Amino acid sequence: MTTATMGPKVKPKLGRDDWAQRSFMLVIGLYLIIALALPLWAMLSKAFSTYYFDLGQYEVQVSDAEGIFGPVQNLADLDLPPEFEDLSTNTNGRLGITKLFPDFSFRSPVNYRFRGVSSDAVFLVGSERNTGPEWIELDSNTFRRVVLRPETERGISNFVTYFSTPALFQSVQNSLLIAAITTVITVALAFWFAYALARSKMHLKGVFRMVAMLPILVPSLLPGIALLYLFSPRQGMLKALMFGYDINGPIGIVIGSVFFTFPHAMIIISTALSISDARLFEASISLKASRWKTFWTVTIPGARYGLFSAAFVVFNLVITDFGLPKVIGGNFNMLAVDIYKQVIGQQNFEMGAVVSMVLLAPALLAFGIDRRMQKKQVALLTARSVVYEPKPNPLVDWGFFAYSTLVAIFMVGIIAVSQFAALIRQWPYNLSFSLSNYDFSRMDGGGWGSYTNSLTLAISTAIIGTVVVFLGAYMVEKTNGFERGRAVFQGLAMLPMAIPGMVLGIAYIFFFNNPSNPFNFMYGTMAILVVSTVTHFYTVSHLTAITALKQMDGEFESVSQSLKQPFYKLFWRVTVPVSLPAILNISIYLFVNAMTTVSAVVFLYSTDTALASVAVLNMNDAGDIAPAAAMGMMIFYTNAGARILHALLSKRILARSNAWRSGS
Amino acid sequence: MLDSSPAIYLRIENLWKNFGVFTALREISLEVFDGEFLCFLGPSGCGKTTLLRAIAGLDLQTAGTIEQSGRDVSNLPPSERDFGIVFQSYALFPNLTIEKNISYGLENAKRPKAEIKARVAELLELVGLPEQGKKYPAQLSGGQQQRIALARAIATNPGLLLLDEPLSALDAKVRIFLRHEVKELQRKLGITTVMVTHDQEEALSMADRIVVMNHGTIEQVGTPLEIYRDPASLFVADFIGAMNQIPASAADDKVTIANVEMRGNNNGLNGDVIATIRPEDVLPVEQAGENTLEVVIRSMEFLGSFFRAQLTSAEMGGTEIEADFSINAVRRLELKKGASLLVQLPAERLKSFPGGIK
Repeated sequence: MTTATMGPKVKPKLGRDDWAQRSFMLVIGLYLIIALALPLWAMLSKAFSTYYFDLGQYEVQVSDAEGIFGPVQNLADLDLPPEFEDLSTNTNGRLGITKLFPDFSFRSPVNYRFRGVSSDAVFLVGSERNTGPEWIELDSNTFRRVVLRPETERGISNFVTYFSTPALFQSVQNSLLIAAITTVITVALAFWFAYALARSKMHLKGVFRMVAMLPILVPSLLPGIALLYLFSPRQGMLKALMFGYDINGPIGIVIGSVFFTFPHAMIIISTALSISDARLFEASISLKASRWKTFWTVTIPGARYGLFSAAFVVFNLVITDFGLPKVIGGNFNMLAVDIYKQVIGQQNFEMGAVVSMVLLAPALLAFGIDRRMQKKQVALLTARSVVYEPKPNPLVDWGFFAYSTLVAIFMVGIIAVSQFAALIRQWPYNLSFSLSNYDFSRMDGGGWGSYTNSLTLAISTAIIGTVVVFLGAYMVEKTNGFERGRAVFQGLAMLPMAIPGMVLGIAYIFFFNNPSNPFNFMYGTMAILVVSTVTHFYTVSHLTAITALKQMDGEFESVSQSLKQPFYKLFWRVTVPVSLPAILNISIYLFVNAMTTVSAVVFLYSTDTALASVAVLNMNDAGDIAPAAAMGMMIFYTNAGARILHALLSKRILARSNAWRSGS
Repeated sequence: MLDSSPAIYLRIENLWKNFGVFTALREISLEVFDGEFLCFLGPSGCGKTTLLRAIAGLDLQTAGTIEQSGRDVSNLPPSERDFGIVFQSYALFPNLTIEKNISYGLENAKRPKAEIKARVAELLELVGLPEQGKKYPAQLSGGQQQRIALARAIATNPGLLLLDEPLSALDAKVRIFLRHEVKELQRKLGITTVMVTHDQEEALSMADRIVVMNHGTIEQVGTPLEIYRDPASLFVADFIGAMNQIPASAADDKVTIANVEMRGNNNGLNGDVIATIRPEDVLPVEQAGENTLEVVIRSMEFLGSFFRAQLTSAEMGGTEIEADFSINAVRRLELKKGASLLVQLPAERLKSFPGGIK
């Protein structure tokens, strides 16, 4: 080839903008690495770590009453009591040395000499750390303060334990089953609801659309509480409807899951239906196909990627949800709850990490398939598609109206029952209304402080998150060169969607609670809650920002550079103002989710940073169900208020920018 | 004509651009003279936009040097080069008024506000839109927006103006009007200009010189007339204007098409060639002579100012030739479908290019 005549490669001289942009990207890339990649890595290594006491590392010499020392004995060679056959433990395991000496008495006049075999062997005398083969002589009263720390071993034995423990393994089956059932029900319900909105002339469409979005504003715990009020076997208002079945367990989880996943499915399917091409319907009608045939040959194929996508999103939400099964699961174990039980209940962090890995598998799978579906859906859209305009058909329209009303009653009913629960003095004995359940200072769970903490978290998340996400998306979308760095960044930005909140939370414990981590100071502060929440909800925000930026002319940057203007001038004067609606959408999304989220933060809050959503969980756990409902409603009011504010603000901004957005 | 050769403003030497394994530009060397209007012309994917973006520094070339006004700018970022650019999409900032768009590059701490204002007014006047300064881009027509984009690009008096298919998004009428306007403006300002286009008419009517590109290489550089009259390759001949292409064999100054020997312009080729002639060079004649043929009109298409006829020659074993006849000629010779006539293929216009019978 003539390639031989090509001269030396041109090395770009980087301008000031290039350096500034690269440092920005580095900072935000580092953020994602610290807030996401490293914690996940810490969790991964934890899942493959086991801990045991390596007695062979230590030697002891015991004297008689006269102070004459006997032979040097290795601890492993001692004649040990039977409970020491299994020396496995967990990270925090500590072995008091005297347990190995059944006839030890701290009053005996005997002296001990103790040492490690090598400098790797570590043991504590009280809080003092000792290593190495230097003999230390101790009287018996001090000897009882000698404590061994566990050794780490890499391997899959945690997984072996997990899969050979039926009680744990059962959860996999339970989670898959519940997620599958909920997916089928939610997608079917949401499809007909979205269909009614897109393809019929029924009345009150706006109201129905709004009502269907209500579940997004409350934590997933709240429908659980409402369902308990409605159907609990002893005191439920409508317990007769259960025909003797217990709402606690799979039935309750499914009903509640349908409630909180409905809006997500509805949005995705609505989008899919709204972009179907009207010309296909006209063609079908002109070919004299029946409504039924048109439905199966045009509507369903057109929306199929939307349906698949909705199914995977719902599946993912259910299998990773923690709040609902915690409240209404009864003895029915699910994976997400297992993580909580392992970590909070039994302090078994390694097993928590293993369950997290198990939970990660279906979540990653669903995420991967969903991404592929979304890409295909976009390809179906052509610029020349014509929007479908439904024609009135009284019978069908009123049918859909009746159906949508039923769905709306379900949505509003759950919220109304929660509100009712919050206001009743003591169900079912004292039915008078009072605000006493809102007096959170009388309950455990952090009181009103937890509510203000949640507000702080939500506002910080909205502000910091929006800035980080938008800058990150801008760097990925609008800068030149540095392709590999941008690709890595994009990958990292997509990752959080596949990571269940519980998994992120436990990963944060492993990473940030490590005393040798320089970021350890964040542990137990509001900062770690903000970081975890921003990270947890990063992907959707990132995609929103990317979409907005993609709609902007790609040559703005080129023009600005040719006019020798710095990139930040273009960013402030054009990019940000033009993207303002998307920026507002990102911040409200982050705010609402920060108010309702439980999953990641439940592992990370401290007594000073208790949160409203966690308070709902804890009060419910403590049996204070009415105050839990009241706190859930506080979250609802706040989110509803924030959404109204957001709507007003968006409207004002659109009105002000109307001149340049629409022309004329 | 000046006899001293004009100064070279832009010098491109042995430029290459690879996208992975794909070579988008190969061995490009080119000189652009001071104050000239140069067009990169070629089909989509020929590398013309890639070359323009390399000149701008927006997408750096893989290898090769670019010298602008005596300065090596090969590896400089766009902000350290000296050019204004106009894109097909206009790329006007939608949320800024026309005035703010034009003054975007003028604003800096040292320049007084009044001076900026005066310059913006002057530019608006120059592009013929003096009253539109307070409007937003979306409130203007496409042609107006493109003129604003032009004003913004020349606001800072750059030494080089780059136009990336600036007229392609416009209606046919506006496009023809703006062609003239842009050319006029360029002449008035004397600014060295490089324009990318896939529209040969645009290139022929606007450019001082045209660079015809194909598959990442330069096929020919020349004035519009040179390119049209004397294409350097079969690709250029075919891409610019209409061209008959007839398999033939060449020997010295003779070219033989299906047993008919004629005198032709063979460029020193021998053996299998493609003989070419433009439809307008096929002349209806009344008497037989050098290079005349008897042909039958198979069909005729009226194209407004002339007729395009499909001719077949029995002598040449049914070879088909396209010819353009003026309305006058058609009337005078009573040409119509099925009629037979004599045509001449003038020897200096009958040109051969390498290539065999397909």
